[in-house]
Amino acid sequence: MWEYTDKVREHFLNPRNVGDIEDPDGVAEVGSIACGDALKLSFKLDENQRIKEAKFKTFGCASAIATASALTEMIKGMTIEEAEKVTNQHIAEYLGGLPQEKMHCSVMGREALEKAIDHYRGQPSKAEEGEVICHCFGITDKEIERAVQENNLASVEEVTNYTKAGGGCESCHEAIQELIQRVRGQMETRPPVKPTLSNIKKIKLIEETIDREIRPSLKLDGGDIELVDVIGNRVLVATRGMCASCQAADRTLKFFVETKLRELVWPDLVVEEVAS
Amino acid sequence: MRTVYLDNNATTQVAPVVIEAMLPYLHELFGNPSSMHSFGGQVAAKIREAREQAAALIGCHPDEIIFTSCGTESDNAAIRSALTVQPEKRHIVTSRVEHPAVRALCADLAQRGYRVTELPVDALGRLDMDHYKESLTPDTAIVSLMWANNETGMIFPVERAAAMARERGILFHTDAVQAVGKIPIDLSRNAIDMLAISGHKLHAPKGIGILYVRKGTKFWPFLIGGHQEKGRRGGTENTPSIIGLGKACELAARNMDDENTRVKLLRDRLESELLRIVPNSRVNGDTQDRLPNTSNISFEFVEGESILLMLNEYGICASSGSACTSGSLQPSHVLRAMGVPFTMAHGSIRFSLSIYNTEEEIDFVIEKLPPIIETLRKMSPYWSIGNQACTVQ
Repeated sequence: MWEYTDKVREHFLNPRNVGDIEDPDGVAEVGSIACGDALKLSFKLDENQRIKEAKFKTFGCASAIATASALTEMIKGMTIEEAEKVTNQHIAEYLGGLPQEKMHCSVMGREALEKAIDHYRGQPSKAEEGEVICHCFGITDKEIERAVQENNLASVEEVTNYTKAGGGCESCHEAIQELIQRVRGQMETRPPVKPTLSNIKKIKLIEETIDREIRPSLKLDGGDIELVDVIGNRVLVATRGMCASCQAADRTLKFFVETKLRELVWPDLVVEEVAS
Repeated sequence: MRTVYLDNNATTQVAPVVIEAMLPYLHELFGNPSSMHSFGGQVAAKIREAREQAAALIGCHPDEIIFTSCGTESDNAAIRSALTVQPEKRHIVTSRVEHPAVRALCADLAQRGYRVTELPVDALGRLDMDHYKESLTPDTAIVSLMWANNETGMIFPVERAAAMARERGILFHTDAVQAVGKIPIDLSRNAIDMLAISGHKLHAPKGIGILYVRKGTKFWPFLIGGHQEKGRRGGTENTPSIIGLGKACELAARNMDDENTRVKLLRDRLESELLRIVPNSRVNGDTQDRLPNTSNISFEFVEGESILLMLNEYGICASSGSACTSGSLQPSHVLRAMGVPFTMAHGSIRFSLSIYNTEEEIDFVIEKLPPIIETLRKMSPYWSIGNQACTVQ
């Protein structure tokens, strides 16, 4: 069972502003029945250009209904310029938070609001621009980029929670990962400068580390390793003594030798065993 | 608030007599059945009795019963064993509507280089037996088909399927977790080689299961350790739960008639009344070959989680195949395999009854559910109240 806040539950059981507005100033529909949730939002302005009335219709789960109800309450009394600044985070906060897996409901709320404002202004919808990345749910790169930026998302799972993208056949996971990296690369104003290490220096350091930190421990059990070659970040070693016949040797290489080398020489090193 | 529990395919109430049978073995009779002393020996005798009770329910020899920790373990043990004892065979036949205990395992095995055939089902959830026959090859190590589906209650013709597998020298396993205790099973009259049972689906506690392995079937243990279960499943016996499960099996045999008459009538009444009162609703799956306790109904244009949470306000417990309740973003794989349209799949509710349900409880649900659907439909952008019809196609 989802852990919904009391406020989510309350808005779900007693939703505010359900219905359609006749002759609305702004109206929009987002989502679809195939995707599992959909929201129709409409609003009307008063003489001071403030939102006088906002109504919704939702097909979806409890959090989709609660989110829509909350959104209509939030924007009442706002000017268009104020409403434009409402983010999905604001909606989630208004409800005292949403389960991570349900954050896409808040994003759907923000999208509907934005699209309704576009409709009011007679503009084409921004949300429909871009290239579809997730074909199962019809999510574009623009939508994903926006969710990553606004919510500081770092993984495919988070993107799925916030946009649904990647929640179906999963074939777009790689594309989403690339998008995340690109957007986050742009977000970080100064990319961290990676120190460089020449190959010769790297090999020397690896040799020293094996001699000083690794070999003595292996010798305690009658084992040993020998450095065969270094190709890029691949450290090729051969096992000797007890290590050569030990069934746990590959674990030792991964969890002890590789960890030590990564810690003391270079974080991207990979240790591989080769036949000597 | 009282609880109206209609989610018995998820788990069941432990029968009071089962708890009673277990209690001494949680208290004073804590001995290890493997011990030499009679203090432990008396527990061993009780486990023997439980094995006999379980064997009697499914028509097999007590030696063919292996106690495990759950249905999932039993399924894993069966399929992995079949692959281990026939290393030259690399093909598995299963269906698209299996429980994750089989489905996810087969997906994992496919990743590891096994060839997996997932048989499709038709709109009513039925297998095409000709298609099944064609899928069996000399390379097939095992067939795993569920006896009854947990979501729709649909029954597969596993006995016929097992006979066809045996003709070709192929091992046959069935996940009978939902079937055992609800419909009569007699393993002395069919060709099923391995069968999985879960205790908590038939009024025993959670954490106990059975794997039936037909005598003469080559078997490789899943848990290797002590000599328990004749070396076929290492690990000290979960004695109280085994004893409880034995009792539950005895009880299930006694209640089989009730399950297939009174409980079935309650289910039928619930189903027919809901379909009558609520427009745009329908049953998912074949209603001919179906468990007596299960009904899976879709209410068009509303979403399952919302229905469940509103039912929850009245203490009514059920399940849904909607995306929101599955933790994933897509509706249940069973409904998708059957090609249930999205407008229906998202609004599916599974009711699963037990011998503890009463007519009054069913009437309560018949009273409370229709207004919930109406409330949600009024909120749905796809529903127009005037003509009670869908606004999208």
